[in-house]
Amino acid sequence: MDPRHITLISFGYFDADFLRNVAEAVKKEFLVNVNVKEGHLDLSEFYDPTRRQYNGVKLVNEVENNYSSDHSKTIGLFNVDLFIPILTYIFGQAFLNGRTGIASSYRLSNERYGIQTDDRLILERLIKEVVHELGHTYGLIHCHIPTCVMRSSTYVEDIDQKGSKLCINCRNEYNRILK
Amino acid sequence: MAKKISILIVDDEESVRDSLFNWFIEDGYHVECAENAKKALSMLENEGFDIILADIKMPGMDGLEMLRRIKLLKSDSIVIVMTAFATVDTAVQALKDGAFDYVTKPFDPDDLSHLIRNASKQITLSEENENLKQKVVSLENVEDLIGKSGAIKLVLKDIESVAQSNSSVVITGESGTGKELVARAIHSNSPRRYFPLVSVHCGALTESLLESELFGHEKGAFTGAMYNRKGRFEMADNGTIFLDEIATISTKMQIDLLRVLESKKFVRVGGNKEISSDFRVICATNRDLKSMVENGTFREDLYYRLNVVNIYVPPLRERIEDIPLLVEYFIRKYCTSMNRQPVTIDSAALSRLEEFNFPGNVRELENMIERAIVIGNGKKITLKDLPLEKSIISNSVESLDELEKLHILQILNKYSWNISRTAKALKVDRVTLYNKISKYGLKAE
Ligand SMILES: [Zn+2]
Ligand SMILES: [Zn+2]
Repeated sequence: MDPRHITLISFGYFDADFLRNVAEAVKKEFLVNVNVKEGHLDLSEFYDPTRRQYNGVKLVNEVENNYSSDHSKTIGLFNVDLFIPILTYIFGQAFLNGRTGIASSYRLSNERYGIQTDDRLILERLIKEVVHELGHTYGLIHCHIPTCVMRSSTYVEDIDQKGSKLCINCRNEYNRILK
Repeated sequence: MAKKISILIVDDEESVRDSLFNWFIEDGYHVECAENAKKALSMLENEGFDIILADIKMPGMDGLEMLRRIKLLKSDSIVIVMTAFATVDTAVQALKDGAFDYVTKPFDPDDLSHLIRNASKQITLSEENENLKQKVVSLENVEDLIGKSGAIKLVLKDIESVAQSNSSVVITGESGTGKELVARAIHSNSPRRYFPLVSVHCGALTESLLESELFGHEKGAFTGAMYNRKGRFEMADNGTIFLDEIATISTKMQIDLLRVLESKKFVRVGGNKEISSDFRVICATNRDLKSMVENGTFREDLYYRLNVVNIYVPPLRERIEDIPLLVEYFIRKYCTSMNRQPVTIDSAALSRLEEFNFPGNVRELENMIERAIVIGNGKKITLKDLPLEKSIISNSVESLDELEKLHILQILNKYSWNISRTAKALKVDRVTLYNKISKYGLKAE
């Protein structure tokens, strides 16, 4: 696999500028080529009516099987509420040391928590989510440095507490992996 | 570093095993799985696991029976049972039989991570108690607090002596000195390090926003709120809350804050349920709180509750001997993050840095080095890469126009009045640049 290439595929509507910003931030962080594509999936196949959410396990496998390639790390971007059977929700997930991940902006929006919308904040949060999941595909695990993007965030405003960059340890690890 | 904590997952459902396996592997644990109790028990006989996460309902031997046998095998094993809604009664039975805790499927990710951190904390604390008897722990994870001066050593010593306790701390010092780094270092070296360090920048928020920010609100408290919002105090449960710019909060907030600090209990906005949270509080300010108490703008009772320990972070100009080490450290940091070969700094540039008075302190030095690496030749940082000559950080500049004028002049001089390069650096077109030059009457020296 070529780890020096990243593909972001949007499934569902995202503003073009918004996607460009995500791609730029990802490119800046991993210093590799980043491509943005549009994917078309019938999401109803992944909808679970009892939970009224979308199955993240099935979605990540769908992206892995039908959209990923050995020439790139691939992240599917969604704007629906994701779950996995054992957890009530997820912001995203990825195959550790693999080539595929997914992330959703759904629960990153302030509105759902009754606070004023803040487009810049959604963008920042999604960037952190995408960089984080990509980190996992490169084999990085969670980091305890409070500002590191690889710190685990299980609550939406936890994401705001960390930065969008790899800390120096994770960065060194990434550089080592890429060599 | 402590050894990796190991987790054994016991569940008959493959999807559950897989999801939990991935979740814990990404969290840095050593993880193994078993699909039934019999297999789990035989694995446990061969290999110890720190935490066992087991489903209650399994074909064959159920989780409760397995729990009893595990406890016979090793009485201090940490067993967490997983249960579906219908079987909460059995979960209560499991607690009586010595389970550490139980979780209801599907889990809230936040609850799961809290639970596992609780268990990990218990394990490492008991190991650390053993180690403590033998040696004094030294500080770990002290990012960016670099230096050998007496002044910074004193700060590190203060961090070390306060980290293990639960005392409230007020960190004082000019802006840019690294007060937040001190707070992080205290947290990362305290028993609370497995739990979040939650920062709140009090100065950036209006009173009503700060209230929801700190205490959270119930869904429905505002139109469109589909989920409850946790406040910072709730997020900091078992961890540390860092209140930056504490001197800026209103008198009403001071009363609210005092109440929470005294009771460790609060109510979410729009809610009526009392929530308790066990947090440690660390504050920072660049103001003199004591004199604010004297002139009546900061409550005395709150001041004494917060200021149990005071840590003063000195300005960079009082620790000049640290500048070479800091420069070297920031060079390494930014060359790594930009994936560049390490650069050096020439001695003339370094001595000029040692003479500079750094009104913006370490942060200003860090920004300078980062910028110098970006604009430099990739080999050596020299004087011309450092904005020391005509510093625009001057107290006499107040208006934006004046600042713009000085900045444009500085960049023009830097590029020897080459208009194209200056315009490019300023990210404006050449016409705009010419207009500005004539507006401000700028001339080449
Ligand atoms: Zn993660
Ligand atoms: Zn890290």
